[in-house]
Amino acid sequence: MNIATTTEIERTLDAERIRADFPILKLKVGGKPLVYLDNAASSQMPQPVIDRLVRYQTSQHANIHRGVHHLSEVATNEYEQARQKVKRFINAREEREVIFTSGTTESINLVMHGYGRKFIGAGDEIILTTLEHHSNIVPWQMLAEEKGARIRVVPINDAGELLVDEYEKLFNERTKFVGVMHVSNALGTINPVKSMIAFAHQRGVPVLVDGAQAAPHMRVDVQDLDCDFYAFSAHKLCGPTGIGILYGKAATLERMQPFKGGGDMILSVTFAKTTYNTIPHKFEAGTPPIAAAIGLGAAVDYVSSIGMDTIARHEIDLLEYATERINAMPGVRIIGTAEKKAAVLSFAIDGVHPHDVGTILNQDGIAIRTGHHCAQPVMQRFKVPATSRASFAFYNTMREVDALIAGIRNVQKVFA
Amino acid sequence: MSNAKALYQEVILDHNKKPRNYGVVDGASHKAEGHNPLCGDHLSVTLKVDDDRLQAIAFTGESCAICKASASMMTAAVKGKTRDESETMIQEFRDMSTGALDVQTQPHHLARLTVFAGVRDLPTRVKCAILPWHTLHAALNSVASTSTESEDDPMHAPIGDA
Repeated sequence: MNIATTTEIERTLDAERIRADFPILKLKVGGKPLVYLDNAASSQMPQPVIDRLVRYQTSQHANIHRGVHHLSEVATNEYEQARQKVKRFINAREEREVIFTSGTTESINLVMHGYGRKFIGAGDEIILTTLEHHSNIVPWQMLAEEKGARIRVVPINDAGELLVDEYEKLFNERTKFVGVMHVSNALGTINPVKSMIAFAHQRGVPVLVDGAQAAPHMRVDVQDLDCDFYAFSAHKLCGPTGIGILYGKAATLERMQPFKGGGDMILSVTFAKTTYNTIPHKFEAGTPPIAAAIGLGAAVDYVSSIGMDTIARHEIDLLEYATERINAMPGVRIIGTAEKKAAVLSFAIDGVHPHDVGTILNQDGIAIRTGHHCAQPVMQRFKVPATSRASFAFYNTMREVDALIAGIRNVQKVFA
Repeated sequence: MSNAKALYQEVILDHNKKPRNYGVVDGASHKAEGHNPLCGDHLSVTLKVDDDRLQAIAFTGESCAICKASASMMTAAVKGKTRDESETMIQEFRDMSTGALDVQTQPHHLARLTVFAGVRDLPTRVKCAILPWHTLHAALNSVASTSTESEDDPMHAPIGDA
């Protein structure tokens, strides 16, 4: 066997075999096999991650960073190992650059409070994009209102791609921050964040990347991107809810003010003066969701064992197949046709409201998302109140794409 | 027959395709806007109350089939009714949709509107069916705009929106 052949074999992902790891995928909904295509909202959890949570809770649980007793040491060790796993997963330089948060939303809010409120002032400008999820809009609006700062918005074209020229034109001496999503949750567009970051850095402007829809679907290397902040959630990555990550460059994190006050984030407390702990603990006040963090570590192990490049390739195969099938259907239009897309497929069926699409597909056991996807500016740009969205994970199959297509035909039949 | 299939029956699909009383009442005495921020459903109801009766009623809006059909059938059902009769139907329709009223066993005035009874088994769609009624209630009580997420909404229970 030559090397090329070996590579070829490694590339192929056996989705049917992988599905056996996910107990929930065996469910029937209304007597029909579950076809779970709502992975951009939340993904499902494989048995090894479920088992890890059970093992922690049955034999390792105590509070961390506090007790001298055996269990506290074990729990602290496992929690910090999870941090190490995430550090390797995103290729951070150091573990202390990895902060556990409750999820992407809290990660962004942490940056707003910790960095924004300290370094952004009256008349300063923050650049965001039309594609952003509400969680990367609203915190910055709150900051802008508080400080008298201004938000500038990068427009998109009809395919749902950022207009990079317009982005570059938005910079001026007042530009203090850029927030951009890596992959659009509503349209699937993969944004050219690496070059956008390089452009911002030439002007000394830091960049936060919302990676909620990217980290589960492609290899992320924060050093290669050179982003100042990178945020994502565990529950879209086969992990538990209630836990997520904020990566930040150590030097930047050290300059920031704490976000939440409490235990574990301090070195010493008197009523006269409190000294804050070092990073990452400075940003982890209170008892964290320890089990969830360890579950995230297990999820990272699980997807890494399959390989992020392999996952990305399989999902792109699914996307291309689904795109081809839908494009061949009269009366169905794909919203978001960027050249570079991740496995998100937003579509509209002529004469049928997305909510009706979702309800009728549900009767065939097909779970999709309908609504504005927390991205109302995107909906406004495409002049639709909502879309139907199928989003794929590595455990989805071509057969499930076929079920979606049959389901869409059924919707058209009901409304004929 | 599944709940969804039961709901999307001829009469609802017909009203969705050919909504009755679609438009604006000239010289309306009451009006209100209804909005469901979770899904973007939006409709406005105008009516003319004369001698305590709803002499004319019409609606416009962008919404899903369940909401549009509910609005269409509502306008047909309350036209010519007194305010009190309309308020009774509003309450009964809400109760039916949330499961508080069993139209099979309990008395009511909903007549053909019972085609919406199945919506109680689709919690995420209850608000779609109720929105027109909620808006009519607001119009009758001269509240200019309402939302399925407003504090006084009996259905106030936001659905998560990732």
